[in-house]
Amino acid sequence: MANDHDGTPDSSIVGTTVEKYGNNPPPAGTAVVASDRIQNPGFEPYRPRVADLDPAVEKAQERRVSALFFVSIIGSVMAVAVYIAFPIVPGDMGSVRLNNLLLGISIALGLLAVGVGAVHWSKALMDGHDMVEQRHGTRGTDATRAKAVEVFTLGNKESGFGRRTLIRNTLIGALVVSPVPAIALFRDLAPSEDPVPLLKHTLWAKGVRLTRDPSGTPIKASEVTLGSAFHVIPEGLEESEHPLEEKAKAAVLVMRLKPADLNVSAGREDWNYEGIIAYSKICTHVGCPVALYEKQTHHLLCPCHQSQFDITQEAAVIFGPAKRPLPQLPISVDAEGYLVARSDFTEPVGPSFWERKL
Amino acid sequence: MTTTEDRPAVTAQKSRGARFTGWAGNYLDERTSISGLTKEVGRKIFPDHWSFMLGEVALYSFIVILLSGTFLTFFFQASMVEVVYQGSYVPLKGIEMSAAMASTLDLSFDIRGGLLMRQVHHWAALLFVASIGLHMLRIYFTGAYRKPREINWLIGFVLFILAMAEGFTGYSLPDDLLSGNGLRIIDGMVKGIPVIGTWISYLLFGGEFPGTDIVGRLYVLHILILPAILVAAIGVHMLLLIINKHTQFAGPGRTNDNVVGVPIMPVFAAKAGGFFFIIFGVIMLIASLFQINPVWTYGPYDPSPVSAGTQPDWYIGFADGALRLMPPGLELEIFGATLSLNIMIPLLILPIFLALVAFYPFIEAWITGDKREHHIADRPRNAPTRTAIGAAGVTFYAVLWAAASSDLLATHFRLSIEGVIHSCQVLLIIGPIIAYFVTKRICLGLQKKDREIALHGFESGRIVRLPGGEYIEVHEQLDEYERWKLVSFEEYQPLTVLPDAQGRISLNQRVRSAASNWFFEDRISPVTSKQIESSRDDH
Amino acid sequence: MNKGTPRSMAMKPARQNRTQRSAGRRHPLATAALIVVGLLATGGTYALFTTSATAETSAAAEATIEDGGKLFAANCATCHGLNLQGTKQGPTLIGVGAASVDFQVGTGRMPLAATGPQAEKKPVQFTEEQVSALAEFVASKAPGPAIPSAEYLTGEGDASEGAELFRINCAMCHNVAGAGGALTEGKYAPPLAGIAPNHVYDAMLTGPQSMPVFNDDNITPEQKANVITYLKYLDETPSVGGFGLGNLGPVSEGLFIWIFGLGGIVAITIWLTARSN
Repeated sequence: MANDHDGTPDSSIVGTTVEKYGNNPPPAGTAVVASDRIQNPGFEPYRPRVADLDPAVEKAQERRVSALFFVSIIGSVMAVAVYIAFPIVPGDMGSVRLNNLLLGISIALGLLAVGVGAVHWSKALMDGHDMVEQRHGTRGTDATRAKAVEVFTLGNKESGFGRRTLIRNTLIGALVVSPVPAIALFRDLAPSEDPVPLLKHTLWAKGVRLTRDPSGTPIKASEVTLGSAFHVIPEGLEESEHPLEEKAKAAVLVMRLKPADLNVSAGREDWNYEGIIAYSKICTHVGCPVALYEKQTHHLLCPCHQSQFDITQEAAVIFGPAKRPLPQLPISVDAEGYLVARSDFTEPVGPSFWERKL
Repeated sequence: MTTTEDRPAVTAQKSRGARFTGWAGNYLDERTSISGLTKEVGRKIFPDHWSFMLGEVALYSFIVILLSGTFLTFFFQASMVEVVYQGSYVPLKGIEMSAAMASTLDLSFDIRGGLLMRQVHHWAALLFVASIGLHMLRIYFTGAYRKPREINWLIGFVLFILAMAEGFTGYSLPDDLLSGNGLRIIDGMVKGIPVIGTWISYLLFGGEFPGTDIVGRLYVLHILILPAILVAAIGVHMLLLIINKHTQFAGPGRTNDNVVGVPIMPVFAAKAGGFFFIIFGVIMLIASLFQINPVWTYGPYDPSPVSAGTQPDWYIGFADGALRLMPPGLELEIFGATLSLNIMIPLLILPIFLALVAFYPFIEAWITGDKREHHIADRPRNAPTRTAIGAAGVTFYAVLWAAASSDLLATHFRLSIEGVIHSCQVLLIIGPIIAYFVTKRICLGLQKKDREIALHGFESGRIVRLPGGEYIEVHEQLDEYERWKLVSFEEYQPLTVLPDAQGRISLNQRVRSAASNWFFEDRISPVTSKQIESSRDDH
Repeated sequence: MNKGTPRSMAMKPARQNRTQRSAGRRHPLATAALIVVGLLATGGTYALFTTSATAETSAAAEATIEDGGKLFAANCATCHGLNLQGTKQGPTLIGVGAASVDFQVGTGRMPLAATGPQAEKKPVQFTEEQVSALAEFVASKAPGPAIPSAEYLTGEGDASEGAELFRINCAMCHNVAGAGGALTEGKYAPPLAGIAPNHVYDAMLTGPQSMPVFNDDNITPEQKANVITYLKYLDETPSVGGFGLGNLGPVSEGLFIWIFGLGGIVAITIWLTARSN
């Protein structure tokens, strides 16, 4: 190799990676190469297998392999038979289960038997000797590398890529800018309006009745007895333009506590109605529905990340990763005694976002 | 191999089968020069070790995923159009749901083998990611990522990330209650990204959450662009495997300059081919016996309900666990803008953890300064610090993973959720530290044991009374082949700080020397031939 | 029937232990451990004796308010007060109705065996007649939710509506498949497989322990019947895709694929690469 290199003293190669280690071995870092280390003893003598020595065993192994292949054929044919013999009866889940079970087992038999057979064949009957292949360094030979460098040198010389810097630099600029239109194209993944106002408003408004989820029937204050929990959606949700999107913001949990148990802060005195309170069901952490209401402790638990909110303390966070209390929906009753909202939520519901307070 | 040599004159004497093979080989070679490829790779050698098969498990489960997934696309409708379900599952009759959910139910309950293929697809997906994880652990703990394989480690890492992305997009497609709440969490996390979060969520969902676009969009990612990148990356991964040849464990006759094992044709081909069928068969068997992701019990997605025990598939668990373990109150308002640290911190910690995994080979190479090629896989005990770092990383990951099932741990072991979460928070910090030191000590202990056995042989259990009345246990010496396995590893010394030509010591050198000291300070040297001789003299 | 004796007998050795050992050094946990041992001992003996009481009284068949009153005085009054007014140990039972008694006593939750985060389901301590006698007695003292009428318990309603109501009102605690789930501080929502329809109805109506009340204005009796129908459907329909792995969702699926799936495959790879003999 060294001769090859010396024979072609090409100035363009000097200083390139071809030179890096020359014909010396690459550095070993801090590895210790002991002079008296134990020498590799070489290969162990081959231990013949039973099948190598005894033709009867070899014959038996052969039969075993072909038997496995035969079992595989049976399995695959059985799968077709099962497909026809065990149809799905519409509405009968037992028939689906049976179809799934028998079809799967037959196909699995067809696959496993052929697999086990092939592996057994290779282990017991094919040549069992270890074989050796020499490795060569991953890097190309110096001659090859010199050729590769020459290709690039020629390319550079013939195109003038390195020399004509104006062309080169403008080309790089053009390539860098070329993906920009693609970024712009993604703008219309969503409608043109600003999402922030949407996130700050829900279907709730003054006078909107609280209705049961999913039936949409209005709820009388008298129906919400002590210890009850009602899952609530705003009236007219189904008729709205985007029911699921609205529900994802407007879902509310209504509970009734003894008024004495509630700690009401200033400004929220008229947000509950005789101990009936309504809180957003959407967790202020990442938005799971918080609906696990414990009647005795008055705690709400989010099943996704275990944030806990104390309803008696206006849904303050008492455990878990959430920071903000669940927003409270101010409620009252209308002339017919149905629960209605006094207004929309006074803050955005659900997970925090950058523009929440902006 | 016979292709180019088969001439009509010779084939005349051969059997019909051989004549056909010869004709086909000749036909192909004259059009593709395939004989060259066969000559190059046909007798390539593969070393035999059980842990070398784990990557194959991943590859084969991917093929199973491709096959079963194709079947599913024939029936699945990636649409969020509202339909009223009128299929055969009674408890959902008359319920409004998206076409995606309805078509998933139809293909499960009205197509023979449809449920089987769904379950094959989902089980194979879980196995795919799990086997990639185990494969990566094998590579890591044996140091098989060292030069020249660092790039292939990176490609493998990319495959791991792609596999998780494929898994998550697939999990979300049926638009059931579980996956919908998963998407809701993703939406909440995206919204927590400072400045651009709101807009990213808005663009991703095509409007407000949940919108009517997300399933269609995830579907295209799931069946088109992600698999395309995956297949390409697998191709490069395999190509580099062939170029670099497989590593092997130390053994008699095995050196850094050879590969000892079985040739592709025929032994390895038979084994690997058989193994593909076995993997396919095992997945099929699991799918026929064990239910997975029963979307019909979850019901269609609706933003109001949620199920107790809402968890993602296992490979996303570590991210969910990180969210659960955040201490309370981490949210700030700066100049009116809301900064959700309770989301930002997991969003930063996890990529940092993953980046450390991805770039570990380069970090270790920098510390050791070793630029040689390594083709002999280390036994984990012979690289105690590396193994200890790995154990710490595994513990960190495992605690996050366990935290994602905090509620189930609580109900099944009669604990309180609060207790489980607090324990996990503590374990997340001290668990890796304990794991690091314990593992390192175990490795050094095992090395000492190896050294003892190499020097003095192993205890035979035979007690002999000497003429003087003394009792001794006879130690049996190892044969040289057995001993070689115990002594053939490399020792590294910590890097000493040396001034450069100008007599200065650069900061780079200081840091590197400190790292090297930490890495190699505690070590056991391999037994040398002199030591063996002197120990013989003792007996 | 003398319950006092075994209880005090069981407590004594515990107390002696404490006085003897208090002189020496004592681990702070020792007190806690002793209290637990003492509680278990009393609870166990208590349970034993109440069961034998059941055997004796079962001869008296007629379920009347009077019988219920006697049973109440013997088994419940210690904690709930002779006039249902409640004590420090137990809440008032005024107005809880027959449905509450049917649920709490009929599922074995009451009488309480040991203190814990919540009353556990356990073997029922009374016969059906005794349970209804107790229920009638409690209902006679003050009006409250009545035991559900049989027409709502047949499980022949609309499973689809029941499933939807279940997802919205129940699944967040009890899991969509009724596998149960965790609550705060060690409490939990129990699994719902195989629960008798009347107890499901009672629970919705009365909201036992942590569970909120779902009165007939919130979920009508017909809707409750539909929920029961859905639960019956879950009980009677086998899990379609094979063994359900506890219906715990992705966690049990993930554990399964790692332990049995990948574990089994690793065993296969070992066989595959082992040298044939």
